[in-house]
Amino acid sequence: MSLLGEDIVTEDGEFVINIGPQHPSTHGVLHLKVWLDGETIKRIQPHLGYIHRSIEKMSESLSYRNFIYATSRMDYLSAHINNQACALCVEKGLQVEVPDRAKAIRILMAELTRLSSHQLWWGCTGLDLGAVTPFFYAFRERESIMAIMEETCGARLTQNYCVPGGVMYDIHPNFRSRVKDTLKQIRSKFTEYEEILTGNVIFEQRTKGVGYISAEDAISFGCTGPTARGSGVSCDIRKLYPYDGYEKLQFKEILEQGGDCYARYMVRMAEMKQSVFIIEQLIDNIPEGEFQAKTKMVLKLPKGEFYQRVETARGELGVYIVSDGAASPYRIKYRSPNFSNLSALEKMATGTKIGDLVAIMSTIDLVIPDVDR
Amino acid sequence: MKEYFGTIFRSVRSLLKGMKLTGYYFTHPKEIQTEEYPDNRATLTMFDRFKGEVTMPHDENNEHRCTGCQACEIACPNGTIKIITKQELQPDGKKKKAIDTFVYHLELCTMCNLCVVACPSDAIVMGQSFEHSVYDKKQLKKVLNLPGSKIMEGVE
Ligand code: SF4
Ligand code: SF4
Repeated sequence: MSLLGEDIVTEDGEFVINIGPQHPSTHGVLHLKVWLDGETIKRIQPHLGYIHRSIEKMSESLSYRNFIYATSRMDYLSAHINNQACALCVEKGLQVEVPDRAKAIRILMAELTRLSSHQLWWGCTGLDLGAVTPFFYAFRERESIMAIMEETCGARLTQNYCVPGGVMYDIHPNFRSRVKDTLKQIRSKFTEYEEILTGNVIFEQRTKGVGYISAEDAISFGCTGPTARGSGVSCDIRKLYPYDGYEKLQFKEILEQGGDCYARYMVRMAEMKQSVFIIEQLIDNIPEGEFQAKTKMVLKLPKGEFYQRVETARGELGVYIVSDGAASPYRIKYRSPNFSNLSALEKMATGTKIGDLVAIMSTIDLVIPDVDR
Repeated sequence: MKEYFGTIFRSVRSLLKGMKLTGYYFTHPKEIQTEEYPDNRATLTMFDRFKGEVTMPHDENNEHRCTGCQACEIACPNGTIKIITKQELQPDGKKKKAIDTFVYHLELCTMCNLCVVACPSDAIVMGQSFEHSVYDKKQLKKVLNLPGSKIMEGVE
């Protein structure tokens, strides 16, 4: 019997199985080929390309205004932050000054996105580890964030709200009150989250000490975001290379030293509180003024290379634009956080049991369309 | 030994804590709802900015604001809009470009709003309907300017 041209049972008696591409716990079309000795994982090989849409190549034929919408479909849970990264990179090339109001709106939206993304992750982690209830609780709070997005941006996930020079339109008159209501609701629910999952003995045993990765390994695999911060690697782009006015805000970079699934879990839980804290600082201090800088009808970047990095909910997203002076980019490359984080999966999972693989994958928080693009 | 029972006690307590919360919501189902759709279909109103589909409003005289300038066609990233223009004879004898057919392929549209922003005469807006599924894909190709419609007075 053969499978992708290889034997199902290797010469050393290892068993080869395929997890995915259609498997609920891979959260998307990820195909993992796993070599097992009994239940112990010996080797993992991710097979990619099931959701490749050629976003980078496609962008080369679109104008600088038009290519941004496609990035919402990469890491769709951080759609707004992806759009923001592209807009920032184009602004860098055009050297336009973004009005303060637009910057504040962008940060507010970015933090709301991060909050909703982490909430979805929290629910899914519970679901993956056998606790279905958190999934519903998380979606309740996420729903009110989605309502904010829908009211101001017009869409729940693929907002396309950032444009080069600012944001597409001003915030909705109800925005402030709605955000405040949501924050109040979310803050009261944090204790619930902790009661139901964080302190749960089954959850602790399934995550503590599982999927360990050292700080050195996390760096050499290029991990970013909560995945790396769970191993104590300081890599928050909002702190290290502030953009859009993050330098003026008070917030902490969350670091955990554990390096295991539980540490990564704790990082995200604490990050949610930091996001709430950031939104609280800004919501009453949105500066007055324009929400969009004046830009030309047809945007043309000067000849050269431009790079912009932002912190999405999953790590560092880099946008690299090479321009030859025309109205559309010569080359675009995205450095996506999930691709690098996925590469560390083998290191984390080798030697653990196959049941732990699900826990490890859900604490890396993979979004597969971002891996393939 | 003491530690052993301590662990058991702590474990059971953590489980009970979770169960208590679950039990609370089990008896208070109203507090855990997200969306009631489709039960509330009759009363559901979407937010006014919700991007459901591109529409072209017409007034009571069957007049729209579209000049056929094709700015939206150029702004669209995925070729959703096709503008077919015609030459129209003006009262003063001059010929002027005007819209003949505004073809909108709903199946291609990503609801990015770029066309609406690009339109210089505010001729198109985003509609709030979102139940777009049909049995025949040909129905997804729409013509937005109504039959017999013409451009509003004063729109350049
Ligand atoms: S909303 Fe976007 S995709 Fe749809 S027609 Fe307008 S520009 Fe094209
Ligand atoms: S809808 Fe607006 S942008 Fe498109 S052709 Fe008509 S006037 Fe021009």
